[in-house]
Amino acid sequence: MGTPDRPLSRRRLLGGGALAVGGGVVGAGLTHAGAATDTPPATPPAQPLGTQTVPFFGAHQAGIDTPAQAHAVFLAFDLLDGVDRAALGRMMRLLTDDAARLTQGRPALADTEPELAVVPARLTVTFGFGPKVFAAAGVETQRPRSLEPLPAFPIDKLQPRWTGGDLLIQICADDPLTVTHTQRMLIKDTRAFGRLRWTQRGFRRGRGMQDDGVTQRNVMGQLDGTRNPPLGSPVFDGAVWVDSGPRWLHGGTTVVVRRIRAELETWDAADPTAKEFAVGRRLSDGAPLTGVAEHDEPDLTKTNELGFTVISESAHIARAHVRSDRQRIFRRPYNYDDAPAPDGTSDAGLIFAAYQRDIGSQFLPIQRNLAENDLLNDWITPIGSAVFAVPPGCREGEWVGQSLLG
Amino acid sequence: MSISTTARGLGLAATAAFALLAGACGAAAEPATTGTPPPPSASVAADPIAVRDMWVKTADKGMTAAFGTLLNTGGADVTIVKATSTASPMMELHEVAEVDGKMEMRPKEGGFEIPAGGSHVLEPGGDHLMLMDVKAPVKAGDEVTVTLTLGDGTTFAFTAVAKDFAGGNESYNPGTGASPMTMS
Repeated sequence: MGTPDRPLSRRRLLGGGALAVGGGVVGAGLTHAGAATDTPPATPPAQPLGTQTVPFFGAHQAGIDTPAQAHAVFLAFDLLDGVDRAALGRMMRLLTDDAARLTQGRPALADTEPELAVVPARLTVTFGFGPKVFAAAGVETQRPRSLEPLPAFPIDKLQPRWTGGDLLIQICADDPLTVTHTQRMLIKDTRAFGRLRWTQRGFRRGRGMQDDGVTQRNVMGQLDGTRNPPLGSPVFDGAVWVDSGPRWLHGGTTVVVRRIRAELETWDAADPTAKEFAVGRRLSDGAPLTGVAEHDEPDLTKTNELGFTVISESAHIARAHVRSDRQRIFRRPYNYDDAPAPDGTSDAGLIFAAYQRDIGSQFLPIQRNLAENDLLNDWITPIGSAVFAVPPGCREGEWVGQSLLG
Repeated sequence: MSISTTARGLGLAATAAFALLAGACGAAAEPATTGTPPPPSASVAADPIAVRDMWVKTADKGMTAAFGTLLNTGGADVTIVKATSTASPMMELHEVAEVDGKMEMRPKEGGFEIPAGGSHVLEPGGDHLMLMDVKAPVKAGDEVTVTLTLGDGTTFAFTAVAKDFAGGNESYNPGTGASPMTMS
């Protein structure tokens, strides 16, 4: 764990909120049961979910080491011609001010629906800069070397409508109307500088439906994120926050946003054994096929009576396996489920948002392994891809991106 | 109705009163906390007013307006009688009123009065600071400096950030019988 007074820790405590605190108190009650009095453990009154806030200012932008909220929208903009460093600075000053207010449950300046701002619901707004921003701002030398469009992979069927972008705004909250209002406000303040390239709406389980620590399931029914480095852990910090390369990005990170369609029609045709074999985990509880519980370490060498490894070398978890903690990525995905076709064919999948210090040395090796040979590839199709540098957080009175554009 | 005393304004007045008491007890050398004016006996003139959430509507040229909340943090009523800015050669203090069944904006007689400890909201569709004859575009994210003059001649400057905004389009009645113009 980091030092207790780091913004990261504060965010986790606040974000983890009522459930984590409640759990601790119950635990304490049990521990002291021997010396018990008749009074039940004092449970602090739960703060209504809608009023919970995540600090905006801090060493890192919020929305990354924040326990994932229930709803998200990812917005990518193309910069208008002629938007230069000064204009980018004006844009980020406006957007930072909007985010700083809205995340704390206060209306933005010139908010035409201030009534919608009063339920922050752990709202976070996270900004990222695409590869072309650096040339536009005349600071090309400050671009992280591996911040460039990902190479084409054989499994990709990328569509321009979900690919690329110069400015990313990730908006997350536990309430969908809060996301909508924030999106509207931020788009209005981006209009002078860019045009919307794509919008991806995503969701997870509703807040409070399960304990915060429970791994999410994707639309294919799989547990997704079991191997994530724990929020706030040294492994997380070492994998996610930039600590080398261009100085302005230290304390920031990079994000890869891939839109991955789930081929649910053919997935339906696979039997449970085949599904589990493709992933290397049991669908019921996410345990590796060599273990009994979700977080058991997969044994990639264990063989069956025929001499084959129990977890196939081509299984998803075998292909995605990394040896060093520094090579890990942090996944913060959201499900999407757009309108099905008239014949019922689904249009659902995953907005795969992966955070890492360096795309070249962390994301790419994993993605190459998966693209080359992953049994799961039969049922998933990447249809969108974009990469962004995510500036560090800022202090009150500063704006996000100031270390690059100020 | 031109004066609104908000709950927050009252809270600020209470804070100011506390600061005055502290000053009377000999703490005048302490740097004033944000929003609390130094005691009236201080040799340096204190800002009698403060502002909150100031912004100005973007404009390529012509007319535009600034909005936000003016706070009277002092112990005496004040009147804003004049405004100037870096973005326009002329400013007016405006109100919006119904003229012949139509909402029009026009110069406000006597300026904006703010009671001691009170506040005055400037908003689209209501009182506002009008920037006339803007020549250089006021672009989104620009910071415009506005200087207010009070009835006793003291001045107070603040910055307002420029934001794109669709509203605030009341037609302008300069009060001289000239045909109304529309604020773009």
